[in-house]
Amino acid sequence: MTAAVRDRVIGIIAEQAVLEVSDVKGEQTLEDLGIDSLGLVESIFAIEEEFDIQVPFNANEPEKSDFDISSVNAIVTAVEGLVKDQHG
Amino acid sequence: MRRVVITGAGTINPLGQNVSDTLEAMREGRCGIGELEIRDVDRLSVKIGGQVKGYDEHAHFNRQQIALYDRFTQFALLAAKEAIGQSGLEFIGDLAARSGVVLGTSGGGLSTQDENYRAVYEEGKNRVHPFIVPKLMNNAAASHVSMEWNLKGPTFTVATACASSNHAMGQAFQMIRSGMADAMVTGGSESMLCFGGVKAWEGLRVMSKEACRPFSANRSGMVQGEGAGIFVFEEYERAKKRGAEIMAEVSGFAMTSDASDIVMPSKQGAARAITGALADARMNRDDIGYINAHGTGTAANDKTECAAVADALGRQADRLMISSTKSMHGHLIGGTGAVELLACILALRDGIIAPTIGYEEADPECALDVVPNDAREAPVDAVLSNAFAFGGLNAVLALRKI
Repeated sequence: MTAAVRDRVIGIIAEQAVLEVSDVKGEQTLEDLGIDSLGLVESIFAIEEEFDIQVPFNANEPEKSDFDISSVNAIVTAVEGLVKDQHG
Repeated sequence: MRRVVITGAGTINPLGQNVSDTLEAMREGRCGIGELEIRDVDRLSVKIGGQVKGYDEHAHFNRQQIALYDRFTQFALLAAKEAIGQSGLEFIGDLAARSGVVLGTSGGGLSTQDENYRAVYEEGKNRVHPFIVPKLMNNAAASHVSMEWNLKGPTFTVATACASSNHAMGQAFQMIRSGMADAMVTGGSESMLCFGGVKAWEGLRVMSKEACRPFSANRSGMVQGEGAGIFVFEEYERAKKRGAEIMAEVSGFAMTSDASDIVMPSKQGAARAITGALADARMNRDDIGYINAHGTGTAANDKTECAAVADALGRQADRLMISSTKSMHGHLIGGTGAVELLACILALRDGIIAPTIGYEEADPECALDVVPNDAREAPVDAVLSNAFAFGGLNAVLALRKI
């Protein structure tokens, strides 16, 4: 399950960044990958659709959001948490 | 060059269903934002808005009219009636031929679309009412105002998202100034507070779930509103000769395009529109006492707008007052500049500056005098009204006391 979440999240990020999946590293930030604020909102939408979850995120106060977007690893961890919480 | 003045104003918006109630609410810093009362609101994550409450369409229009008038058209007609009534103009003969209607809207008859898509897709109906097309079209409001008041000159609708009303009023102003028209009914109308309208905005993740707090460090985004603001613009000599009550002079207008990003605003584009409006009005920076901000309450807008004002106005930016009345009525999208022009009239005519309410925490990136929470008595001679739309389209009006 965990590996699957990771692969699917990285797949979404790679598509948004127009990169090969193998070029997306866990420690990279969205900025490293060239994903801007619009790309971020689109990625979050894709994640919500992929996992059928609600991601709490407001572009006006990203730092206040419970959804950690500081790196690819952080996003994967956050999505794993949401999937667990919302689909138990 | 001919001069242009405002000789009539009308409105319906979350703060009031006429100009005097609206201006009173602005003076008192009242909030018109509250719980949305719309169908399927439980399926929305954003449940607040600046809705026109206590409004009964049957109190104003008959069944045949309602079949043709979307809510945005109804708002425009009610506001136009108030504005034209105040102006005292009667559009007959030459004046009718030389007067028109330019209105802003972004969604047009969005509620009509929403209801009818629901009927055919969700409810599986195979038939809709015959007047859906003339009811939903973006120019419906402008056309019905023209028909109702016999306005036979240039008439059309401008759709530039959040700058629609300012672009529309800028067009009306230029038409009178250039001699193309003698009087224009102008402003804007919007009614997007339906399930689909709010759901689309939700997707952008820039909406607040609690309040619109422009320039406040703890802002959480924008809040949608609805309503209309309509004005009568008239050639100055003509208005003076007939002894009309003149509310303010419209003295300049400028528009620019950022040509950069479809949603992120640009400081340069906004600043060029501000300096352009000043130049067009032959005003100096130091003349400006008040700016009605675009002030949406999003981080992207507020920081960019304050930086643009500082760039364009230099040291005067630290002396003038700038407030966002969206904190009270929400963002009326295509109608917003028109309702906000009322705050400019309040400043010029009555010497009262409408506040930015909901302000709680200073933001170092918005370090201007934002008139926090309480209206202020302060005479001003010249003001600007900013509108910066998605799509990078900027429109700024300059007005003067008369």
